[in-house]
Amino acid sequence: MNHNNKLLFIKNLTKIFSAGSFLFKSNIVAVNNVSLELNAQRAEIFTLAGESGSGKTTLARIILGLVRPTSGTILYKGRDITQIKSAKDWKWFTREVQPISQNPFDTFSPLNKVETYLYDTAINYNIVTNKSEVYNILDEKLKAVGLSWDEVRGKYPNEFSGGQLQRLSIARAIITNPSLIVADEPVSMIDASLRMSIVNLFKNLKEQFNVSVIYITHDLATAYYISDRIAIMLRGSIVESGPVEKVLNAPLHPYTKLLKQSIPEPTIDVQWEEEIQLSVTEIKEFTASGCKFAARCPYVMETCKTKEPEETFVDERAVRCYLYK
Amino acid sequence: MRSNPLSIVKVEELKAYYVSESYGINSVVKAVDDVSFEIYEDEILGIAGESGCGKTTLLKTLLGTIKPPLSIFGGRIFYRIEDEYRDILSFREGELRDIRWKIVSYIPQGSMSVLNPVRKIKDTFLDFMEAHRPDISKSEFDSLVKNYLGALGLPTEVLDSYPHQLSGGMRQRVTIALSTIFKPKIVLADEPTTALDVVVQRGILQLLRKIQREEKNTLVVVSHDMGVHARISDRVGIMYAGKIIEIGNTEEIYTNPLHPYTRYLISSLPKIGDKAYRTGVPGSPPSLSNLPAGCRFQDRCPEIKDICREEEPSLVEVNDNHKVACFLVSKGEENYES
Ligand SMILES: Nc1ncnc2c1ncn2[C@@H]1O[C@H](COP(=O)(O)OP(=O)(O)OP(=O)(O)O)[C@@H](O)[C@H]1O
Ligand SMILES: Nc1ncnc2c1ncn2[C@@H]1O[C@H](COP(=O)(O)OP(=O)(O)OP(=O)(O)O)[C@@H](O)[C@H]1O
Ligand SMILES: [Mg+2]
Ligand SMILES: [Mg+2]
Repeated sequence: MNHNNKLLFIKNLTKIFSAGSFLFKSNIVAVNNVSLELNAQRAEIFTLAGESGSGKTTLARIILGLVRPTSGTILYKGRDITQIKSAKDWKWFTREVQPISQNPFDTFSPLNKVETYLYDTAINYNIVTNKSEVYNILDEKLKAVGLSWDEVRGKYPNEFSGGQLQRLSIARAIITNPSLIVADEPVSMIDASLRMSIVNLFKNLKEQFNVSVIYITHDLATAYYISDRIAIMLRGSIVESGPVEKVLNAPLHPYTKLLKQSIPEPTIDVQWEEEIQLSVTEIKEFTASGCKFAARCPYVMETCKTKEPEETFVDERAVRCYLYK
Repeated sequence: MRSNPLSIVKVEELKAYYVSESYGINSVVKAVDDVSFEIYEDEILGIAGESGCGKTTLLKTLLGTIKPPLSIFGGRIFYRIEDEYRDILSFREGELRDIRWKIVSYIPQGSMSVLNPVRKIKDTFLDFMEAHRPDISKSEFDSLVKNYLGALGLPTEVLDSYPHQLSGGMRQRVTIALSTIFKPKIVLADEPTTALDVVVQRGILQLLRKIQREEKNTLVVVSHDMGVHARISDRVGIMYAGKIIEIGNTEEIYTNPLHPYTRYLISSLPKIGDKAYRTGVPGSPPSLSNLPAGCRFQDRCPEIKDICREEEPSLVEVNDNHKVACFLVSKGEENYES
């Protein structure tokens, strides 16, 4: 097989963690037989959405080469990233694939001026060869996120708002001219009134710089706004995936419906009618034998409790639910 | 809507500033600056506004926890206690302790981490009771806790769990149960759902509303997310740079927002089915230690007029259920105070 035309190729990827005390050991399949692909020619924004504890971060960390999968295939530009050994290849990979984390305060240590990180990234990845060049590059990258070198020079992280710091971490990530950005809940700690300005940056990166973005969130409204495709994760498995308009305008899986109905939209026309059931512990749902949503699903049937549904294709998307057999 | 709602709290011209000194220079952060509003019985009042505008500071003063560098520079906070309005800013520490948990309780920002990680939930409840209600016997308390959790729809198995064994949503529900178990008349909740996923958030908001509807007490919810207020609040107050710039019935605020800032807050949130380009509020708020003359929103306002740089608009009544501080509504000198 030739996967060189894929930016990212993931097939049957699984990650198992063992949890619990040593007497009651249980395995958590944090990523369960996941497959997905990103095209290399045309950049796109791909959303991974799901509740807390659905395996989004674990999958992101595998894609970033930080966690080894238990089984399955993961190729970046045709290369198996679990087999990267030399420092040179690792540098190539980390330059190509850049992370953005949820908490911008994690990216920048309070003790250092923020410019240090920008500067170090440019030097370490040999983006520039001499010092006078570096400030031009940094200014260019900062402009791409709506800031400028003059606004940043000499300042420490605590002199910026959370929104500004998140812009700075995006500026830092694009210094290496990556092809893929993995953004793990990049706006969930940002003020609602500032979220759109950050979310718009990802759109820009895709449209102007041809950078693909894996956008991780539990907020389907921003996902709808920026992404091309979406995959809905539930306790390790992708239960519905396809074009974002299809999946979110007319969700099929009851879990996708629940996620959609739970978005608090700023309008008084909608009210939440029925009370919802929350999972008591994640581990119970992870270790359930059938569909992981069975205990909370309003349409649950007997088969749902015993065997996990296979993937079926309905209306341009893949869904795992016995309602669509 | 009810006519003539009874106020349980009246805040008058409240000023709460952080004062600090570095290198011999005094800095004064005007986190709550000349704020007046009322909180009614049997309502959910939402407080919205972006990070740093003073929401937490306002709640802290409402609770009477004023510690340096925070201090009061003026104003009064009246609580209705046994049919009498009493200014809690004049209370001694002992009197404040008496009203906490019984009359007013507080769910702090980031409160999920307040649960003791090495104690089972039932022991945390027990510690809490011993600290605040030593008059209740242990067996009485056991059944009180079980009944209360049951009434809130929390499985009793949580009592035998450690915090880390519970999902984030369950932990937050436990903290809510803890701070409402003594049936306080007023519950102050600071960002109770921020950083939780949307499903858990919905569960928490529904729980808070259920408690309020059953107890007919007063809930004050702070959140920067206007989507949250649309779902839960009966009235919403919008804070901007230490001031309340608009306050009214939820319906009024969402169908007829008058302050340009309020309009931004509502329209900046995306909706499924609508990919139209959206921006956040442009620019950033003024520094609370160096406020401009005139309206605090002037530099970000799309509809600025000359007067906005000269005078500060005061909060004026638009109708019985709606007040706003903006010269687009009140014309400077012609300010009509209600
Ligand atoms: N290193 C680890 N060891 C054991 N279990 C882990 C580890 N990392 C993650 N898990 C478990 O795997 C499951 C999935 O976690 P993950 O962080 O990937 O979810 P998530 O979707 O990113 O959630 P959130 O929205 O809370 O960030 C959780 O039950 C978590 O406790
Ligand atoms: N201990 C302190 N000393 C000095 N300034 C402070 C202190 N605590 C808060 N402030 C400042 O007071 C202002 C209001 O802070 P506050 O925490 O009340 O805001 P908030 O609206 O709750 O924000 P957030 O949404 O981020 O929680 C901010 O400018 C903040 O920097
Ligand atoms: Mg995560
Ligand atoms: Mg706060």
